[in-house]
Amino acid sequence: MGRFSKAHSSKTDMSKIVKLKKGFDINMVGKAKQELADFAPAQTFAIKPTDFIGLQRPKVLVNEGDTVKAGTPILIDKALDQVIYAAPVSGKVVEIKRGDRRKLLEVKILADATIIHEQFAQVDIASLDRDALAAKLAASGTWPNIIQRPFGIVANPADTPKSIFISAFDTHPLAPDYAFALQGQEKYLQAGIEALAKLTSGKVHLNVDGSKAVPAVFADLKGAQVNKFSGPHPAGNVGVQIHHLDPINKGEIAWTVTPYGVVQIGKFVLEGIYDASKVIAVTGSELTKAAYVKTYSGASISTFVKGNLNSGHVRVVSGNVLTGEKISLEGFLGFYHNQITVIPEGDYYEFMGWAKPTTRLSYHRALGLLSFLTPNKEFVLDSNGRGEERAFVQTGVFESVTPMDILPVYLLKAIMAEDFDEIEELGIYEIVEEDLALCEFVDVSKHPVQELVRKGIELIQYS
Amino acid sequence: MKFLRDLLDKQKPLFEKGGKLESLYYAFEAGDTFMFSPKHTTGIKGAQVKDAIDLKRMMITVVIAMIPCLLFGMYNTGHQHLLATGGTAGLWENFGDKTWIGVMLVLPIVLVAYTAGGIVEAIFAVVRKHPINEGFLVTGMLIPLVVPATTPLWQVALATVFAVVIAKEVFGGTGMNVLNVAMTARAFLYFAYPAQISGDQVWTYLGDKMPVDGFSGATALSVVYNAGVEGTQTAVEALASHNTVLGSGLFEFTNLFIGWIPGSIGETSTLMALVGALILIATGVASWKIIFSGFAGAYIMGFVMNLFAVNEYMALPPQYHWVMGGLAFGIVFMATDPVSAAQTETGKWIYGLLIGFLTVIIRVTNPAYPEGIMLAVLFMNVFAPLIDYYVVKANKTRRLQRATV
Repeated sequence: MGRFSKAHSSKTDMSKIVKLKKGFDINMVGKAKQELADFAPAQTFAIKPTDFIGLQRPKVLVNEGDTVKAGTPILIDKALDQVIYAAPVSGKVVEIKRGDRRKLLEVKILADATIIHEQFAQVDIASLDRDALAAKLAASGTWPNIIQRPFGIVANPADTPKSIFISAFDTHPLAPDYAFALQGQEKYLQAGIEALAKLTSGKVHLNVDGSKAVPAVFADLKGAQVNKFSGPHPAGNVGVQIHHLDPINKGEIAWTVTPYGVVQIGKFVLEGIYDASKVIAVTGSELTKAAYVKTYSGASISTFVKGNLNSGHVRVVSGNVLTGEKISLEGFLGFYHNQITVIPEGDYYEFMGWAKPTTRLSYHRALGLLSFLTPNKEFVLDSNGRGEERAFVQTGVFESVTPMDILPVYLLKAIMAEDFDEIEELGIYEIVEEDLALCEFVDVSKHPVQELVRKGIELIQYS
Repeated sequence: MKFLRDLLDKQKPLFEKGGKLESLYYAFEAGDTFMFSPKHTTGIKGAQVKDAIDLKRMMITVVIAMIPCLLFGMYNTGHQHLLATGGTAGLWENFGDKTWIGVMLVLPIVLVAYTAGGIVEAIFAVVRKHPINEGFLVTGMLIPLVVPATTPLWQVALATVFAVVIAKEVFGGTGMNVLNVAMTARAFLYFAYPAQISGDQVWTYLGDKMPVDGFSGATALSVVYNAGVEGTQTAVEALASHNTVLGSGLFEFTNLFIGWIPGSIGETSTLMALVGALILIATGVASWKIIFSGFAGAYIMGFVMNLFAVNEYMALPPQYHWVMGGLAFGIVFMATDPVSAAQTETGKWIYGLLIGFLTVIIRVTNPAYPEGIMLAVLFMNVFAPLIDYYVVKANKTRRLQRATV
């Protein structure tokens, strides 16, 4: 029971329509206006090895003071050395920052005023065999956009995935609207899909938002199976989509790429360059102007935020508030992040805060939680932890925000107990952190759910 | 509230690592977080914002849902006292006296339960270095509501201590326990001191007054049970003709439903339990599946009993099972305890249904226990993990089958 009770799927020729009911949309103040803001351009850019989960032994290929072009190899993973992590911009390597035990943290590049690209040969997909194409992409700088499931790590070019999945919409809080951010990129998307199709033994799935008309940029793409998903967040999560299209079983490999990544791959195919430029959403309640801005991967976000704040005590998040990472006002955009979110910092006490009626956003309706009365309101959310960690007490809540046939609490308990068989049998291969991020938000007992998910993945991955 | 915050901040270093009172940190922390929600923020990675709910708020919701039962129980305690001693006839006569008697009898029980349990919680928290569990907010209120108003206070204290230690703390505290803590306290009293919690003499407080002539303190359950044994009249007739000295209709269906009858403090009123159920379901704190299937299970089993009616108890119309004894209270507040109940959604249906079944089976067939809900809930607490085990196994099997086809 409960297996498909909340999800109805039907087949129309090849593509699938899936309507999800479980989940929760977090509506926040500070949505990006659909225009490109004239923020001062970012000057410095960073490649952070910590962005790439599973990158085990980073080796830097440049020295401080070197000049690089966009696409120049900056580092590799000694464990997977055919994949290049490349400079997003041309300029000068100004700092190689290391932390404790010389752990590599950041490689910073001061950008040239006009970006010069390493020029590779254009790629003729038809004339190359699969492995040759994979090798070209791996050396291009675009490869880290390809993520392997299970485990959510950078894909290994030597593997052949059973399918490749692209989620063409993002349902996270204040997420960028791809219809705006990717407009005009049709031909690159098309080329990217053609390249990806060659890499898999199965299909490329393009999953669009079924609640709206398909945006122009995705409307005429060929070579992919177009599926429609609708419902509250996490309907846009590629992991949820895979679960309903072609779930990952033990021993199987699938790949995922975001449309931003597909565009980069497409540009490399058509023009022979690694173009890390992208339109990101600058969002959040604490900004005077929330809008889109065109920049490059790893951009220093300070010029978008400083002078644009309407309050003093803020938290800047690279990514969205469910899965993102706290960065400083001088911090850098994460490689996989296409938005920044600025919210109030929540380090305050509140007298009798647990008993007072509140209009703060809650998925629950327990005593004094009033937000369920205003489902369409946009909320200001701050970073307060909202109570201490406790043992699991409430049941049934995680299941109600997880539109997958997975029992999150049992899985998390198995991870806590480090019970390998249970972790595997309860579905660790099907999820990464973001798929259970809502559980972390709604949790009454305030568990670090995403941290636990990663711990569970690593237990299995390295066992 | 600034001065209070300043005061706490000033004391805090005493309790923190290296402070003089370091060992009492969790006692301090409990007080501190009770008065002020903490200021800590979300971590560097992962969810940057959190839902406004916390465990304290969830637990207090359950306490609020019990307040109708508590208030009704207090007034009913006074009402039953005056009724039995000939001091009143009408329901709302002597309102002040009844309220006063109820408060004087019930409030000490509530205070003793909270104090005894609170001390145990605090000791465990300090010794075992874990935060004080909010779960006790609920347990401390549940225990008084499932004992008769005549229970000696030392027994309340002893039962509370026993239950908190044996049913909860030895397993690791709130969230880890197998049995419902309050039900364990009641079971402890039932088996350790049966004279004070069973029979016909304990349900109505008489004090130093003499009951009116012909008074019987029996509960509806024992009346029906006796009717089943004697077989001279139907159970419903036996209920209607019982204790007419207190005015007619004491055990008529409506009166049983509303709850102006002898019994444990909070359990008599099915109506108030349903008000509580409404609060718990509307706030989403308790599972409606358990509540619904619990009542359904009792009705179905009552109906099955009717089919084989070899005695008058078995012939009792099933809806009477809903309003007699503590079934409604037990299903709404005890069976739904999320920690000791089944935790899978499918499991909740099975769990609730079986509690309803078992309650009626125990009531009708077992002469030793006139009330079945207590043992049914405890029994199913023990079986809940087994139910969940099979539900979880089905989930794993679906995943495995998918891989092999």
